[in-house]
Amino acid sequence: MTAPILEARGMSKSFYGVEVLRDVSLELAAGSVHALVGENGAGKSTLMKILAGVYQRDAGQVLFDGAEVDFTHPIQAMRAGLATVFQEFNLLPERTVAENIFLGREPRRAGFVDTRGMANATASLLGELGIDFIDSNARVASLSVAEQQIVEITKALSFDARVIQMDEPTAALADHEVELLHSIIGRLKARGVAILYVSHRLKEVFDLCDTLTVLKDGALVWSGPTSEVTHDSLVRMMVGRAISTYFPPALGTTTVGDARLTISGGGNGYVDGIDLEVRAGEIVGVAGLQGAGRTELAEAIFGAVPFTRGTVTLDGRPVRLRSARRAVKEGIALITEDRKAQGLALQQSVIDNTLLVIRGVFASRTRTVRREAPGILSSLEVSFRGLDQEVQFLSGGNQQKVVLTKWLATKPRVVLLDEPTRGIDVGAKVAVYQLMRELANQGVAILMVSSELPEIIGMSDRILVMHGGRIAAELEPGSSEEAILAAATGTIAGSREDAA
Amino acid sequence: MTTTTTTRPRRRVRLDSTVIVYIALVVVIVIGAILVNTVGRNFFSLGSIRDILTGMSVLGLVAVGQTVVILTGSLDLSVPYVISLSSLIAAETMRGNPNNIAQGVLFALAFAAVVGLANGLVVTKLKVNGFIATLGVGLIVKGYLDTNYQGSAGSVPAEFQFIGATGIGPVPISTIIMLALATVVFLFLKKTRTGHHIYAVGGSVEVSRLSGLRTARPVIFAHVICSVMAGLAGLLLASRLGVGSPTVGSQGGYDLLSIAAVVLGGTLLGGGRGSIWGTIGGVAIFAVLDSVMSAIQFNPFLKDVVRGVVIVAAVAIYTGRGLERRRTRFATKEVKR
Amino acid sequence: MSLTTTSPTFGSRALGAIRVLISPRGAVFLLLAVLLVSVTVLNPNFADPSQFIRFIQRVSPIALVAIGQYFVIVSGEFDLSMGSVITAQVVIAGNLIGQDESKSVPVLLLMIAFGIVVGLVNGLVTTLLGVPSFIVTLGMMLALLGGVFYVTGGSASGNPADGFREIGRGGIRGVPVFDIIPWAVIVLAIALVVAIWISKSPFGKTLIAVGDNVTTQQFSGVRVWWVKTRAFIISALCSTVAGVLLVGYAGVHPSVGRGYEFIAITAVVLGGVVLGGGRGWVVAAVAGAFALEALFTLLNFADVPSTWRDTIQGVIIIAAVAYSAVAFRARRKTRTPQASPISGKEPDPDGDPAQSAHTQQNHGG
Repeated sequence: MTAPILEARGMSKSFYGVEVLRDVSLELAAGSVHALVGENGAGKSTLMKILAGVYQRDAGQVLFDGAEVDFTHPIQAMRAGLATVFQEFNLLPERTVAENIFLGREPRRAGFVDTRGMANATASLLGELGIDFIDSNARVASLSVAEQQIVEITKALSFDARVIQMDEPTAALADHEVELLHSIIGRLKARGVAILYVSHRLKEVFDLCDTLTVLKDGALVWSGPTSEVTHDSLVRMMVGRAISTYFPPALGTTTVGDARLTISGGGNGYVDGIDLEVRAGEIVGVAGLQGAGRTELAEAIFGAVPFTRGTVTLDGRPVRLRSARRAVKEGIALITEDRKAQGLALQQSVIDNTLLVIRGVFASRTRTVRREAPGILSSLEVSFRGLDQEVQFLSGGNQQKVVLTKWLATKPRVVLLDEPTRGIDVGAKVAVYQLMRELANQGVAILMVSSELPEIIGMSDRILVMHGGRIAAELEPGSSEEAILAAATGTIAGSREDAA
Repeated sequence: MTTTTTTRPRRRVRLDSTVIVYIALVVVIVIGAILVNTVGRNFFSLGSIRDILTGMSVLGLVAVGQTVVILTGSLDLSVPYVISLSSLIAAETMRGNPNNIAQGVLFALAFAAVVGLANGLVVTKLKVNGFIATLGVGLIVKGYLDTNYQGSAGSVPAEFQFIGATGIGPVPISTIIMLALATVVFLFLKKTRTGHHIYAVGGSVEVSRLSGLRTARPVIFAHVICSVMAGLAGLLLASRLGVGSPTVGSQGGYDLLSIAAVVLGGTLLGGGRGSIWGTIGGVAIFAVLDSVMSAIQFNPFLKDVVRGVVIVAAVAIYTGRGLERRRTRFATKEVKR
Repeated sequence: MSLTTTSPTFGSRALGAIRVLISPRGAVFLLLAVLLVSVTVLNPNFADPSQFIRFIQRVSPIALVAIGQYFVIVSGEFDLSMGSVITAQVVIAGNLIGQDESKSVPVLLLMIAFGIVVGLVNGLVTTLLGVPSFIVTLGMMLALLGGVFYVTGGSASGNPADGFREIGRGGIRGVPVFDIIPWAVIVLAIALVVAIWISKSPFGKTLIAVGDNVTTQQFSGVRVWWVKTRAFIISALCSTVAGVLLVGYAGVHPSVGRGYEFIAITAVVLGGVVLGGGRGWVVAAVAGAFALEALFTLLNFADVPSTWRDTIQGVIIIAAVAYSAVAFRARRKTRTPQASPISGKEPDPDGDPAQSAHTQQNHGG
């Protein structure tokens, strides 16, 4: 057996003291396709980025073609022959295909850039991949997503890449485009290129990949030939874990009232056919893979990116939530998934952030809420040096609590949460869960989007699973992680799609 | 799956921005010609064509330089002062002596280049944005001009004035020079690595950095080019006036006008996309507007009002086009039942 | 871990005050003190109350435009039309009041209305049409000046009635110690009080938050366009009042307002207000105006020609912006470069290292 072209041994990485990768090892043989599988947050992306030279590992070794390498900048990896195609393409939309591929190393002739030579080289590279319908001189912005991806792959080829990493390459492709990608991968294999294929789509993993590695919570679960696993055993390896016991008792303690929020036929450019109902006192969890449209659903209900089809009813009254302001006035709150970019004004103080929505929408209540605010903050056990401390210096958990306080002050009747416990410590998580349950007990209708399966299972009174911009399935509370993941990957036709 | 998700952006055939600006130019010419006719004059007379082309030459030089800077995502508000400074340096060095012409040109352009370098360094090393950086540098130069000059100074020898005054038929030499320089810059952008990198850095600093580019260099280069072009504009004005003047740059409103011409020509204010020829089209539009307004004896002060409105309108229209929208999955039209 | 509440002692308050003085926030006050002392050293008469109050009178129009520019800058925008608004208002006053004092009040009302309209246009074109504010206000400047010159035929047009000019020129006379308390100083004091009140009001706080992070405000249901437009209206009104004062001692002159927007920006930047918005104190902006004028006075006494003012302003602007960029970048943690829904895609959950860490946390049980 020949030595693997790429070998990673004992890779470990922590961010801000939290371990994201722990002693992970991987082997890639030339001319093979190796899958890297794991649910959201398992560490696949981190591993890929370390190999690509975007991050630096804390421990471990990387051997490329037998020699140890240490890439401190992505361009080093590219030049060495290790290329990566990320989900967010590193392309300049206004430049041509050829210009993008040769960015930074434009070929010269007599001191001037050899534009014709560049175009020809590009065309021949495309030809090696069997592509004849992309014009080297086309502006990248005019190409479809699939074509842009091909440009990225061609760029890798132009560096004479021996290893190409692909991050969720088929996430944005239509069926026939997936076939094209697979044929390109076939050609790359034939050239001896090794491919690291990161994907959630288990069907593709089984169709395409010779070997695979499963990661869970930053650690290696299993690595070996694809022939030795089945779909079910794979899913079990990805998710099987005991549900932790710190979720507040959910089911049966809250009296669930009438429907607070009802949507029928809701849709816009990003989601379609949304029929859902959240009752007073209910916590509905929304699961799904990245790109399934969950955030878009929350934004549509909140009016930030409104529905253009369908009807929304609040407490029996039809409403048109055309803007976030309208939704806020109707008593809807959205805790966004990125608190730093969307939920907080980082240079402003704790008290100013807490009063953000009140001052902006319910200005007349400012004085009253100003008096109540310290009380709410202390009941959530927010830790800070003073009301005037700038929020950017608080820990993630405390920042999230400030965001929650901001919305609690508006006394909402519907609360939408998008990844409510992302990036916060255990103590703060517990506080958030308890707060959610308390709100539910007070009759608030809660919709929670989350990528954390234990959280979905632990907190939801009902579970919706989204896929491809639609609600693909509705599952019973207490469903298994495997069942949710199966519905999210589209491999099981859930109750919804069957019934439709 | 029952739906076909389209991944190709659905759009009508896109008209190249450069084509659009020349269509607009034709429209403006037609309307202008009609207006001019109503006051009994001929838009297409040799005299008025010469005036338009003359009007294009100074602004054209400045606008070409401004295009390069805007392509990197920066801006240059110091051009009026560089123009004035360069006219003064040239006139004072030449002192009416034709033997000093080369020296005068060299000094003027050298100083212009230094200002451009200062602009570029403040933007890239001090990490101050282009608008503020060039505003500050411009003010610095302005103070120098205000202190040392109370009025025009120096004198330009007749041989140099020749450039500003003569032409081949109706086409002034100054316009030919401007078009020649525009061509040089155009080729620079198309055919040199730095030119390509200027577009890259303006399109996305991140992508450029990831590809191993040194992102400061193209920006500094762009600022130097812009200031040198402004310096050339100052030389041209000196040639026309016969002297150097500390106010000729600011009086002409070249900062705002050059930005407007660039935007009209289809270059994105954020950088990364644009063309020299589009800018020339924008310059032509302003020159025609100017000439028409003079011909119909539009009050010169109201001209500024018109200019102000046109500039803002141009940016407003083009801002809408530049925005990128998130890819949609489903049709956004309401489905009527 | 609960809310810490301690009543501040005098010592800790004093310490806090000193800390503020040295920080970028408070540095302008220190600078102002140093400059005032320096001026007094060069010219001891300066400290004479009757002289000093005249100094304040001189600064009043500058401080007023600094206040207006402060509100615009703190919301993340720029107003480059201030000088031309001043000129336009001065010309309106000169032409419409003439020598007829009884027209003062109606014309004043007209000027205020005009200021509101200018601010409205600046604000709406910036927010609703999406044109960068420096272009909108530069275009407004061009249009206003063109309009003004059109009306006046390019030349200065007489002086309005003395009664109107009294506002800028005169004051309460016969006051002990100060000799005279100029109306300009009173106007400035009132304006400052109003400005402080606005900045503490819900609108004022929302304005700063808008400058800090527009996206968060959009997700909070705030009408960003209306918030920013009001800042532009305030700015135009400040220019208007400054114009009223300037009629008093500068007379009607087509270049009366020239350069005021840059003076305003310099003052605001000196006061530690961050260009780009989200941070800054209106009192500091006013202190910046005082410091700037004190600096010019100092240079005057040192026989530096006043023509260097623009150069000095240019240096201050660049230095202050570069300094605050460095100082605040060092203090601030890196923001998550996540794309917002307005411009991007659903972000990669593993993209932010801090955020991907969370999945490691919940399996203690």
